[in-house]
Amino acid sequence: MAASGGRTVGSFLWKCGNCCFNFNTVSSNLTRQVLSRQLCVSAVLHRKNLAAAGPEKFSEEFIKKQVEEFNIGKRHLANMMGEDPETFTQGDINRSIAYLFPSGLFDKKAKPLMKHPDEVFPKQRAVQWGADGRPFHFLFYTGKQSYYSLMHDTFTKALAVEKHQDRLRGKDLFTQDAKQISLVGSRWLLKEELEELLVETISEHDYARFIQLMERLLSLPYCSVEEDFVQRYRRQLEIQSSKQQVQPLQYDQHGVAYSTGDGKQRKTATGTVLLRDSGSGSISINGTNYVHYFPVLQDREQLMFPLHFMGVLGRFDMQCSVSGGGHSSQAGALRLAISRAMLSFLSEGQVETMRQAGLLTPDPRIKERKKPGQEGARRKFTWKKR
Amino acid sequence: SFENRLAFRWFWLPEPVRPLHGSGCGQQQEAVGMEMRPETFSIFRTQENDPDCQSEQHQGQYYTVPPSHFHTVFPHGLPPRYQQQVKTFNEGCVMVRQPALELISHLKRADYSKPTLRYLLYGVKGSGKTMSLCHTVHYCSTQGWLVLHIPDAHLWVKNCKELLPSSYHASRFDQPIQASNWLRNFRTTNENFLSKIKLRQRYVWTKRESTEEGQPLGELVDMGVSRVKSSSDVVGAVLKELRLQAGGTEGGFRLAVAVDGVNGLWGRTTLKKEDKSPVAPEELTLVHNLRKMINNDWCGGAVIATLSQTGSLYAPSSAYLPQELLGEEGFDSMDPFIPVPVSLYSEKEFESCYLYYLDRHWLQHPHSQTEEGKKELIFLSNRNPSVLERLCAFL
Repeated sequence: MAASGGRTVGSFLWKCGNCCFNFNTVSSNLTRQVLSRQLCVSAVLHRKNLAAAGPEKFSEEFIKKQVEEFNIGKRHLANMMGEDPETFTQGDINRSIAYLFPSGLFDKKAKPLMKHPDEVFPKQRAVQWGADGRPFHFLFYTGKQSYYSLMHDTFTKALAVEKHQDRLRGKDLFTQDAKQISLVGSRWLLKEELEELLVETISEHDYARFIQLMERLLSLPYCSVEEDFVQRYRRQLEIQSSKQQVQPLQYDQHGVAYSTGDGKQRKTATGTVLLRDSGSGSISINGTNYVHYFPVLQDREQLMFPLHFMGVLGRFDMQCSVSGGGHSSQAGALRLAISRAMLSFLSEGQVETMRQAGLLTPDPRIKERKKPGQEGARRKFTWKKR
Repeated sequence: SFENRLAFRWFWLPEPVRPLHGSGCGQQQEAVGMEMRPETFSIFRTQENDPDCQSEQHQGQYYTVPPSHFHTVFPHGLPPRYQQQVKTFNEGCVMVRQPALELISHLKRADYSKPTLRYLLYGVKGSGKTMSLCHTVHYCSTQGWLVLHIPDAHLWVKNCKELLPSSYHASRFDQPIQASNWLRNFRTTNENFLSKIKLRQRYVWTKRESTEEGQPLGELVDMGVSRVKSSSDVVGAVLKELRLQAGGTEGGFRLAVAVDGVNGLWGRTTLKKEDKSPVAPEELTLVHNLRKMINNDWCGGAVIATLSQTGSLYAPSSAYLPQELLGEEGFDSMDPFIPVPVSLYSEKEFESCYLYYLDRHWLQHPHSQTEEGKKELIFLSNRNPSVLERLCAFL
């Protein structure tokens, strides 16, 4: 998979001065190689929390020098690629590096990268005490100074809101239905994200207390005063359903509606489907009848699933073409392609039900890599006692 | 109590019933042990059990093969899954379909003083060729023909454990087991003919044994069954005699040669000689004699053959047309023939198959009795008879 990703990136026609090409394909090619499918992803989860590991390993001057070198290097790279140094973004840098140093390695972390030093070097805490040995922060001796200072700040704000409410009550301007902070579509910071923000480790208990305190702040009717503070500790959830693009129906010369499902992948098998309306339910795959192409019942059931789910079994005629993979993955690829093709015939609500049934999600499972020291991906060599 | 039973029967049938347009000749035959089916007419069944009287109006309907005929006519001809189904359902029902009707109408109109006509049933895998052949064989036997039914020619060109060099001809090989099996079944099918036909030639088997002229055919067949070593030659002799005597003026009978999987006769074999060189089909006695039968140099009968990819050797699974399966040599030998295509179930036929399974309580799943379930069945099987049968087997 990674090899194919590398190949596709390298196959783009690069000419000096050619800067217009598809961002999305690159990122989608590269992200397809990520095995795990997490909802709220942050890179922090993969990286160990080196921030609070120990005293700082990189001094401030060192980091500053790295930043300068990075900026100069960025300008050089832009000149090399023939692009404008002023508008050279990180994405452009990634593409250029991938072009100049093509790597056949599978692990993304092993490939050459060029990033801003802030992303490369973990955030370090500066020295916490002065020349005389006295710490700067008053909570230093608690051990978790940033965490406790955050708790103190939050509580101060809560007290301030209450005081504001009391003042309003005193002036008889208190109303229950004040403007509330909208919490829809966002979530609290995860423990790991909070740790990254505070640059120190906190325990589960501490995290729970923090969330409890924030909830308490939100329970006050006039908490919208502190909205900015609260939103700093919330992250937006990605809305998944808006990503489906439904193509409009096309009509051929007889006025019969048809639509194509573009090539869907399932474990190296690709399939394309041409759905025609007002048919009789005949299906031909690569020119042969589907009963001959898929003698196994399970594959035919896979083909049947999207149509049966929507109750349109005898309505469509299909012409499919499929290649690669085995019979099971070809059946899965065709099923996806049929679902995608059917979208243009269906209404919004039906599209949503199909998505929830999992018909529109490409199956991310691929063959797991064989590891050295083991016979297969999971199977170990026969254990001999002596 | 009869009315009660009738009422119960009316209540029990799941699908709507309507009276069938009256069928003319033919009576309903019932055997002891079968359930009584008085005037319960259904859409998918016909009371017309005689293939002679069946016509297009019965198309898509099932007729019951009378159990008395069953064991005599079909000792070895039916597909194995169908045999299991017969045993399960306790009755043998065959669907009247267009290819079989076409064949029967040809047979009725053919001129039997001319050289034999050859009919070839072809179609995709599982479309019902063997069953149509068996339907035609049933017709022939009810009409009093002598039926020579070879259940599967592929059985003779593969998986043979014993291969003896032929005593009659030096370079040929005998297959004693297959030949004796076939002779036994032949005897069961055509009991009444065995005593009537007399041999016209003297056959010498060994120094001490010979069969004289004028002996009945039955004696020859018995000898072949008992003396396994020379059974292949006996088969050859039987075929020759029948060829000479069919359509003859004295005691003329008609001969139907029904061969299933005829493309096996001209392909390759999986058999090997002792020096590991492959055996060509011509070198097998049985195949050689059978080829002579299929040639149209005799008159007074018909040759009905089906192509079969299922048991065939070295043929791709997508092949079903005559040219592909017969090969050049086979096609030239079979030419000219009358091709009869066998297609998948039409809507009406599928409907009646589905109702038949429902009636026999074969489809137990409650969802399969709904319209939705029927649509699913249509989709999954694409109206292919054998696929549908396998599908319903576990529902």
